[in-house]
Amino acid sequence: MLIRRIYMSVFLLLVTVCTASTSFASLGVREPEEEGYHLWGVSDPAEGFHHLWEEVMIDIFAIGIIFSLITIYLLIKYRRRYEGQEGSPPKLTKISRVGWVLIPVFIFMADDLFIAAEGWTLWNTYRTPPENSYEIELESAMWSWNFTYPDGVEAMNELRVPVGTPILLRMTSRDVVHSLFLPDFKVKEDSMPGRVTYMWFLPKDAGEYVMTCAEFCGVMHSMMHGKVIVMEENDFNTWMAEEKAKLGKGGA
Amino acid sequence: MSGKKGFGTTLKEWIFTTDHKRVGILYLIGSFAAFAVAGVIALIIRMELSTPGADITDPNTYNVMLYFHGAAMILGFQIPALTGFLANYLLPLQIGAKDVAFPRLNALSLWLFWMGIVLALLTFVIPNPPDIMWTGYPPYSIVSPGNTAFYTFTVLIMGFASIAGGVNLLTTIIYMRAPGMRWFKLNMFVWCTAAAFIIQLVFVPVLGSAVTMLSFDKYLGTHFFDPSAGGDVLLYQNLFWFYSHPAVYVILLPMLGIMFDVIATFARNRIFNYKVAVLGGVGGIVLMSGEVWVHHLYTSGMPDWIRIGMMVSTILISIPVGICVISMVGTLYRGAIQYKTPMLYAVGFIFLFLIGGLTGIPHAVAALDLHLQDTHFVVAHFHYVMAVSGTFAVIGGTYYLFPKMSGKMCNEGLGKIGFALTFIGSNLTFFTMFLVGLDGMPRRYFDYSHMPELASLHQIITYGAFILGLGVLVTFINWIHALIWGKKAVDNPWGSKSLEWTTTSPPGPGNWAEVPDCTNFDPYAYGED
Repeated sequence: MLIRRIYMSVFLLLVTVCTASTSFASLGVREPEEEGYHLWGVSDPAEGFHHLWEEVMIDIFAIGIIFSLITIYLLIKYRRRYEGQEGSPPKLTKISRVGWVLIPVFIFMADDLFIAAEGWTLWNTYRTPPENSYEIELESAMWSWNFTYPDGVEAMNELRVPVGTPILLRMTSRDVVHSLFLPDFKVKEDSMPGRVTYMWFLPKDAGEYVMTCAEFCGVMHSMMHGKVIVMEENDFNTWMAEEKAKLGKGGA
Repeated sequence: MSGKKGFGTTLKEWIFTTDHKRVGILYLIGSFAAFAVAGVIALIIRMELSTPGADITDPNTYNVMLYFHGAAMILGFQIPALTGFLANYLLPLQIGAKDVAFPRLNALSLWLFWMGIVLALLTFVIPNPPDIMWTGYPPYSIVSPGNTAFYTFTVLIMGFASIAGGVNLLTTIIYMRAPGMRWFKLNMFVWCTAAAFIIQLVFVPVLGSAVTMLSFDKYLGTHFFDPSAGGDVLLYQNLFWFYSHPAVYVILLPMLGIMFDVIATFARNRIFNYKVAVLGGVGGIVLMSGEVWVHHLYTSGMPDWIRIGMMVSTILISIPVGICVISMVGTLYRGAIQYKTPMLYAVGFIFLFLIGGLTGIPHAVAALDLHLQDTHFVVAHFHYVMAVSGTFAVIGGTYYLFPKMSGKMCNEGLGKIGFALTFIGSNLTFFTMFLVGLDGMPRRYFDYSHMPELASLHQIITYGAFILGLGVLVTFINWIHALIWGKKAVDNPWGSKSLEWTTTSPPGPGNWAEVPDCTNFDPYAYGED
């Protein structure tokens, strides 16, 4: 009876804490329906990443440096001065005991929920592809990336995309779990058999970027790489027309 | 009876022992053997990665070595060294028990663990060794030519050993405390290991079921993880991390515990805010340990709502861990810190753990983790937070207990050289790994020819790894030297107030001539006499 009561109260406590903190964090989140909901008005996830990264780095460096300085100070100040010296532990009153819990907990919690809310908003940006996205299908296999464009054009290990258009990839896998990782666009998502996952990114400058596999997939895992080739709109259209022509010939 | 016993008799005594101290020492030998082999393997891996392209191994061997490094370090070194060696040796002495509750069960779990070690070492002998990484994600582990059953049995045997050990030592803590040893008189180490055992008992069966289903899928033709027959690939990943994230706390809690005790002894001070550290810190970690596992699956196509929910709970777990760290650093306040080798490892631990903990925050933020997941950044993070922190805790704890276990003192000079080398080596290796990971170097890569610009950083990491290896080698030499030529230790060389130091070094059978009376006992009664 007692055990059940303890179990129930612990369970309820956990549920309350989780719900309360999640809903509290959600107060600071801007939802996709809102006008200009993106963090810092940035609608490109990679750029949002850089902003949030800087913020989190400042946060953890500040905590780390303050904490290290305090620790080093204590380590030097309270070193043993003579043989047989004993410590003189501070006598904590009940209030200071509780204070030493509540104050750090509230500082941590405020910081945590602030970061959580910002991370959640950026997450919404990452997971909400724009309306005008160019949709490409991806089927990964051991060990290649196979792309299919809307008009049936196919490409392997080379993803050619027009500059300035959001690219939405719908991904699945023929055999094992792979993960398409685009380090320059700060995004990755697993592709696996039996499920369709998605990710999107915004190519802003023409050029060649690395595409590589991030989920262990066997002997050739580290050789499973390719290129994202970001082309000017005209070049891309020319290339697409050529590919379509080839496709037509092949079909005829 | 002649004074000298033959080697055969001694060996027989050790093999058939049910004494918790000998069991603990045998755990120590087994786990350090796994650590040494897995460490050498790590150096070979680093040599391979120091330049792009194939250098000294081929991808197949490389993957098998990575599998072995991960499995042996976690299942063969970290968990057995902390919950096997330290807990078995120290815990009954700290609560004033003559032995553990079920000595024969204890011997069984010890020899199961040794079977696991032998099985893991056989990886390099059998024809098709597993190359599925210690995570063993299907479908690769099902289609791989490697021997998945081998992986399953290693995990299951280690799992049985942990469950038997957990039941045994929890019972010991609950029923076998010396008279007058009340709950809030227990050492931090006892609280922390008790918490770790609770986590073990709740979560290990889940891992057992996951790896069993994996072998059923591969060898018996079931379809738990096969989507073409209605199974689900993600099911395994969820089951696996449902255990394997809490396993991080199984490693973390005992290392916090032993470091608390070392710091209190050498700072000659009480644990700062002891009750709060126990209830809020240790208790909080136990309560929250089971509700954060999805942060390993941020990029795995889980539903968005659970990724966000677990992001908030993951970020919040910094609170109980923070309470523990505040208590640990608070223990230094108004102390009289004496820098002996175990204390140096404890100080190193604080800083390594701090770096590891803080770099967990960008990982916890799901949106940032989309870039960091499965790169060297996460490798660096978990090596800071459990690998080198754990190694520092185990080595520091072994230095601390060395006089008690062997009756000999270690050489302080060699100890300090070993510490300096390990500390510099760890930071050089794993801090540089953060930079490589941030630049987009994925983990488990044999070759990075398409990212040649990372070669110079990779070289620094390799140098760091060798410095780290040298430090560990110096430490081993120091211990062997002390065992043979060490000065004789007194019963309480560190002047600790804990119960384990009131008996002889090494303690005889039954630990104390008569059961100690703990009515007026306090393990942290420093500065009050």
